[in-house]
Amino acid sequence: MSKQWPLWEVFIRTKNGLEHRHAGSVHAADGEMALENARDVYTRRMEGVSIWVVPSKEITASNPEHSGEFFEPAKDKIYRHPTFYNLPEEVKHM
Amino acid sequence: MKSITQLEKEFQARIDRDEKIEPKDWMPEAYRKTLIRQISQHAHSEVVGMLPEGNWITRAPSLRRKVALLAKIQDEGGHGLYLYSATETLGISRDELVEQLHAGRAKYSSIFNYPALTWADMGSIGYLVDGAAIVNQVALTRTSYGPYARAMVRICKEESFHQRQGYEILLTLCRGTEAQKQMAQESLNRWWWPALMMFGPHDKDSPHTAQSMKWKIKRKTNDELRQYFVDMTVPQAKVLGLTIPDPDLKWNEERGHYDFGEINWDEFWKVVKGHGRCNKERLDTRRKVSEEGAWVRDAAVAYAEKKAA
Ligand SMILES: [Fe+2]
Ligand SMILES: [Fe+2]
Repeated sequence: MSKQWPLWEVFIRTKNGLEHRHAGSVHAADGEMALENARDVYTRRMEGVSIWVVPSKEITASNPEHSGEFFEPAKDKIYRHPTFYNLPEEVKHM
Repeated sequence: MKSITQLEKEFQARIDRDEKIEPKDWMPEAYRKTLIRQISQHAHSEVVGMLPEGNWITRAPSLRRKVALLAKIQDEGGHGLYLYSATETLGISRDELVEQLHAGRAKYSSIFNYPALTWADMGSIGYLVDGAAIVNQVALTRTSYGPYARAMVRICKEESFHQRQGYEILLTLCRGTEAQKQMAQESLNRWWWPALMMFGPHDKDSPHTAQSMKWKIKRKTNDELRQYFVDMTVPQAKVLGLTIPDPDLKWNEERGHYDFGEINWDEFWKVVKGHGRCNKERLDTRRKVSEEGAWVRDAAVAYAEKKAA
């Protein structure tokens, strides 16, 4: 049986001024083919002006099972939010 | 370490809160297996579904019809890919899934085991088959598994032109000569019942429904979706001036729905079990395409490896 083409993650910028966003994935033998496949699959109706493809195996992802501890440091820092600070009613535009 | 029972309880609580489940999250093995089965069957249906229509591309009656049909079929290939990708996030490779299909171990929608005999069937397929698929897929945009739900959103955006192009084909035939109108009617007669079968057995005969609803993999039952489809489709067929081939079909004032006749379940199970008119031909075609294209896939890998070296 043939070797399976590797998997690539596809990121698309829908128009200039917006960030690239994850759209899905494709199989392709190399980066160039991944770009062409991504174009054919994800932008058939002008959904993009720019595409990134990244080999899926190159992505390091956080583990949801440890997301409790992992995101814990941000949990109790309510002083990072504007509502933590008390100001009198008459102060405007702040 | 938490016990499985504890994990399962927490999982169900997340589902009950309408949280989405993402690929790396813990999930019960049965949830994963059900999803792999359901999403891959859906993917296979998209891919095998290209065959009855592909058969008519070269015989499309005008360039306008031809480009539309080509674009529709290409979309179906894309749908297959989105769905295979969604299945791959559950830890199974696309090659394995395709292998299951080619070995006859996987199912796909039985509707594609019916032949497309006339040009009017391109109309009926778009109108009824894509129409039924849309009803099913819109409900699934709210399914609990994130990658499946996202694939559904993308697919639903693309589907509406499929149904419209089919309806337009029938409309044109119905406004044409007597013979053309008759061709449309005969086509509707052939596709109506198989389209209703697309929603699967009655809820009472569908053993997995309760668990799938509890996990929110399914958001509406087979009978609910089928009723919705009938209610939507009957007035549209009236506009065409076509008669739906069901003597029991009538509006039920009390229920606020159409009543309709019983499906021929013997036929349904016969086709599911592989004895439809095109089961063998469809699988043979898929295998042939895969075998004859193998050298292209191999060459692409060899070229990529050579370039990288
Ligand atoms: Fe589709
Ligand atoms: Fe479609």
